[in-house]
Amino acid sequence: MMTAERTSARGDDGMTRRNVLAAGAVTAVGLAATPIETSPAAQSLPVTPMLVRLNVNGKDHDLSLDPRTTLLDALREHLHLTGSKKGCDHGQCGACTVIVEGRRINSCLTLAAMHDGDEIVTIEGLGTPQDLHPLQKAFIEHDGYQCGYCTPGQICSAVAMLSEIERGVPSHVSADLMDVAFSDDEVRERMSGNICRCAAYPNIIAAIRDVSGKRTA
Amino acid sequence: MRPFNYQRAADAASAAKAAAQHPGARFIAGGTNLLDLMKLQIETPPLLIDINHLGLDRIEKIDGGGLRIGALVRNTDLAADKRVRRDYPVLARALVSGASGQLRNKATTAGNLLQRTRCAYFYDTRMPCNKRKPGSGCAALGGINRGHAIMGTSDACIATHPSDMAVAMRVLDAVVETVRPDGTTRGIPIADFHLLPGDTPHIETALAPGEMITGVLLPPPIAGRQIYRKVRDRASYAFALVSVAAVVGPDGQRFAFGGLAHKPWRVEAAEKLKGAEAIAASVTLGARTTEHNAFKLRLVRRTLGAVLAEMEA
Repeated sequence: MMTAERTSARGDDGMTRRNVLAAGAVTAVGLAATPIETSPAAQSLPVTPMLVRLNVNGKDHDLSLDPRTTLLDALREHLHLTGSKKGCDHGQCGACTVIVEGRRINSCLTLAAMHDGDEIVTIEGLGTPQDLHPLQKAFIEHDGYQCGYCTPGQICSAVAMLSEIERGVPSHVSADLMDVAFSDDEVRERMSGNICRCAAYPNIIAAIRDVSGKRTA
Repeated sequence: MRPFNYQRAADAASAAKAAAQHPGARFIAGGTNLLDLMKLQIETPPLLIDINHLGLDRIEKIDGGGLRIGALVRNTDLAADKRVRRDYPVLARALVSGASGQLRNKATTAGNLLQRTRCAYFYDTRMPCNKRKPGSGCAALGGINRGHAIMGTSDACIATHPSDMAVAMRVLDAVVETVRPDGTTRGIPIADFHLLPGDTPHIETALAPGEMITGVLLPPPIAGRQIYRKVRDRASYAFALVSVAAVVGPDGQRFAFGGLAHKPWRVEAAEKLKGAEAIAASVTLGARTTEHNAFKLRLVRRTLGAVLAEMEA
């Protein structure tokens, strides 16, 4: 069974305002621009909202969303949980990392509609200023950030990354695929999907090492 | 993103049927590549068919000793599977050499095979690209093409296929299982799955309209050592300039190469030769290089040399 669908009334080549501006800029400097038809219909197409239930930080939320809504936008714009950050919006920087069904993912590269019924943990669900998660505490103690924009993603990623090591998930630097253990090299490799433009990497690794030591001790 | 309809499929055959009935429809599994392309309006599907709940997320033993990998098995889970780590280490190694931890948690086996090229001109909608817009030309041919293909290219396209996983599957002689819109199934040898560009670089695989991947079959494990070696600009989270998937054992040697073509590149005749020099020369016979990517010829020889040295160590 498929759910009901809408009839598409759009043209073949709709474009956003941003693309109009970009295309204009390209033409102005005389580079070859692919001709793009403008199609106002694409912008005015009525969108049928979708009902999506997300369990975020232990609480159910019933949302009515445009199908295009990413999980990140649902969290930030609809649930006002702005801890998860929009950096690149293309899965390259990791600032949007959240934990879905126990696994870290880029929330910018998935649709909220694909997570109906899923349990999601964001930075707000890991700890509070009064009751910090051990990794949050360690990031403060080790000065694991400068501007802080990547930090929620770094911490969510690190929490799930440590459990991946505990579960024996191998990485590119694991010398033995069958026997995986914590090391600084493992952290560097496994955290490569979280970019820090302030380059606080040594302190991020120190914070993670600290928590890992306490977990296994 | 352009507006689209979103449906959840109930089973593989009805998903394939729905896709065939709606030209331009796309299956969505992990979505890590598709949604990226939709945000850039390079992909503008009028319909997304969500196949995440079809139960194709299992890895099962098959008669004769191989494995069937469900289409929706996530890259992390495939690399972490004990049987894969033990019996197909080249595949586990290839998987963990690709993307980031977050992406591997979401990206699926089928989606990895179907991911599109990362050619910068394919991604830049202001530039001509025969793959994105057939007939518009290829900006990569005279552009910055250091990462581009040197084997099996055409005047229409020099893009590479970016998968590491597929290179390991090629050396293992995997078979891609599919279901067609009429409900029939077939197996496509991985060697025939990805297509070289020719005059139609926008047609990238052997899949017919609506045909959906349901899984990948791995033949029984091959005796011997298995290595995946990837050379790239960064130590992590970067696509291959050149990669080598190798199996060397009592039944001979096998090599498949990534970063060279729009498919995993394997020349079986070269596997009868000895030494990196001779094998690399045979593998890259007929190479068409550019000013920027001619270094790949040397890099193939040296990467293969390093793999052979590691095999003997």
